[in-house]
Amino acid sequence: MISFSKIWKRYPGGLEALRNITFTIEASEMVFITGHSGAGKSTLLKLTAAIERPSGGSIIVNGQNVGALRPGAIPYLRRNFGLMFQDHKLLFDRNAFENVMLPLHVNGFERREAARRVRAALDKVGLLAKEKAYPITLSGGEQQRLAIARAIVHRPAILLADEPTGNLDAGYAADIGELFRSFNQVGVTVVVATHDEALAARLQPRVVALKAGVVVS
Amino acid sequence: MNAWLWSHVDAFVTTLGRLVRTPVATLLNVGVLGIALALPTGLYVALANVQGHAQALAANPRLSVFLALDAGRTEITQTRTQLREHPGVGSVRYVSRDEALRQLKTRAGLADVVDSLAENPLPDAFVVQPRDAAPQALEQLRDELRGWPKVAHVQLDAMWARRLEAALRLARLAVWLLATLFAFALVAVTFNTIRLQILTRREEIEVAKLIGATDPFIRRPLLYFGAMQGLAGGLAAWAIVAISLYWLNGGLAALSQLYDTPLELQQLTPEDGLSLLLFSAVLGWFGAWLSVNQHLARLDLR
Repeated sequence: MISFSKIWKRYPGGLEALRNITFTIEASEMVFITGHSGAGKSTLLKLTAAIERPSGGSIIVNGQNVGALRPGAIPYLRRNFGLMFQDHKLLFDRNAFENVMLPLHVNGFERREAARRVRAALDKVGLLAKEKAYPITLSGGEQQRLAIARAIVHRPAILLADEPTGNLDAGYAADIGELFRSFNQVGVTVVVATHDEALAARLQPRVVALKAGVVVS
Repeated sequence: MNAWLWSHVDAFVTTLGRLVRTPVATLLNVGVLGIALALPTGLYVALANVQGHAQALAANPRLSVFLALDAGRTEITQTRTQLREHPGVGSVRYVSRDEALRQLKTRAGLADVVDSLAENPLPDAFVVQPRDAAPQALEQLRDELRGWPKVAHVQLDAMWARRLEAALRLARLAVWLLATLFAFALVAVTFNTIRLQILTRREEIEVAKLIGATDPFIRRPLLYFGAMQGLAGGLAAWAIVAISLYWLNGGLAALSQLYDTPLELQQLTPEDGLSLLLFSAVLGWFGAWLSVNQHLARLDLR
């Protein structure tokens, strides 16, 4: 479903974030990309979602070469993904409901159907009672769950999550882990970039370990 | 098709919401645009009014046909019949040389001069009202009458109308110049408003792009915003001009009583008003388009 072959990423100034990365993620797989800060985990996810372009090599998602897509095709590629960002990127001038509505709006869903799906997603992450709440009034764990609801509301085939448990305590992190497991069980491909070893131990995913831009295991 | 239509309706409603939610900013922006557009529009209306009156005045130009001094009674009668039967002539009034001298005498200060004359130097004359008031027709008639026997001179009283015409042409040019300048101002104001919108909504635009929003999807509400703001500016300009004319007409009523002639300024015609709205909406859209192209491209994803 996603295959990386000979991926290089160099930044101006000579920093090599990724060096000769080759591996494949199958459909319905759960994969953790682990490593220290600066190992290249986030960069790999950004390349996958065409937020950045590789300096060399190719990434094939659903048969499309991501690095070679023309700009007009990129939005349609991104709709295959549910994206969770390190800084979760919630919109603070909109309430929970409106935040989760955004992907459906972008995808052109009809309003009533969209509202139904938004509530289903909020229910899934346990925030249905807080649909009118603004992100600023939610706890860290709730904000992260809201970000998950926004990522999965349009039922993407692939969930890409960057440090989803970054600064959560163990209890909240376990909740998030269970959500990932349940998505994976219904066939969603889950790709998580994390350095949270407890989460990995709990979910037992396939692990791709990066060190200084190279796959070490 | 349906989804496409919906996305437009949606962009329209969203934009309307944004305009309404920031009433002070909207009011000030629309006010600036309205005033900028009201100046050329007002001048245009004033010009249309002057032109209307000028045309009414120029509608009855006259030709003075002076006969030779040695023209006799039969020749006068003959010329008169000839003039009356001419298809280009509406009406003819005969002014005899004696009558002309009498009229001249009544003018203050000229009585002594006239009395000192040994004989009447004035010719017999006809005042001709032509049927067709167009400048070319007048000139043609003048040239034709000039060639008649015993006609010494034909005077066309249309020079002033031509001067007015030239002045009006100049004024029209000024209107266009002003309209061009203020059109530029409208584009500039919209450009800046949209730039601010993009800056303040930067996060939202960024997130939307990350979750698969196409460029048209992001552009659409901004373009609508520009067009709607322009349209509102056009409406404001129309209102400003209409209210100003209404006030001026109140003042003119007193003046018109004193002069005993009906004086009234005409309002902008519906056609002109709708053109103004269309023009301002298109300019607003254009300003937004320029701004979106400038600033969205520079918005890099992180």
